[in-house]
Amino acid sequence: MAQAKTLTKAQRPRPLSPHLQIYRPLVNMMMSIIHRITGCALYFGTLLLAWWLIAAAAGPDQFAIAQAFLGSPLGLLILLGYTWAFMHHLLGGIRHLIWDTGRGFALPTVDALCWLTLVLSLALTAAIWVGAWYLKGAL
Amino acid sequence: MSDAQNARIQTPLARVRGLGSARDGTAHFWQIRVTAIAALLLTPIFLAVLVTLVGADHATVKRIVGHPAIAVALLLILGATLQHMRLGMQVIIEDYVHSEGNKVVLLMLNTFFTVLVGAACAFAVLKLSLGA
Repeated sequence: MAQAKTLTKAQRPRPLSPHLQIYRPLVNMMMSIIHRITGCALYFGTLLLAWWLIAAAAGPDQFAIAQAFLGSPLGLLILLGYTWAFMHHLLGGIRHLIWDTGRGFALPTVDALCWLTLVLSLALTAAIWVGAWYLKGAL
Repeated sequence: MSDAQNARIQTPLARVRGLGSARDGTAHFWQIRVTAIAALLLTPIFLAVLVTLVGADHATVKRIVGHPAIAVALLLILGATLQHMRLGMQVIIEDYVHSEGNKVVLLMLNTFFTVLVGAACAFAVLKLSLGA
């Protein structure tokens, strides 16, 4: 009897779960997706760091080229994005470390931590850039 | 038929044993955390060095990056970060690439990429520190 039941079940098409576009975007899922995207961006962004270090090791001429590019509007834009991606991924990581301890899973806390990731990442990015400009005497 | 019968006789553990998924997941999870915390602790130094070197000339960069303490810190940051991103990219590949052949190739390229970036960066830091 039990066996016959199992067979009928197996013949039925498997249930499909709804895909991403079905859901209303929630801050926790957006931050989760952005965490992965920023991680990916930082992965390839290491090429920029590698280039800068290798240029510095290669000598003043090569280094001047790298510094000139990084100081150009496009270079600065990339560095700004890189800073934000770094800060966002770092804060998202801290959020995950908090969750790893089993804390912060109440829904309001989850939402608050996610919003905090976004807000603090923007604030830290601004702080780093303002700090850098201030140190350079440009402000 | 025989499969269905086997499924009932075997324990759940016996059915998944040897399939691979339960072997190194914990070590992977743990390594991601260890490298994340290492990178987190070293980030203030990394940021301080980079912010200091905004628009700096070559001699300054050589002096600061080449400073023993800073060179060691940078090498540690590189080690922790590159291992962290290799593990992270491995998860992304395993999540999205379902064809076995492509997956194996990409996992290999992932390791090659991180080791290459690491070797190049480490060589540059060492040259700035020790080289003429």
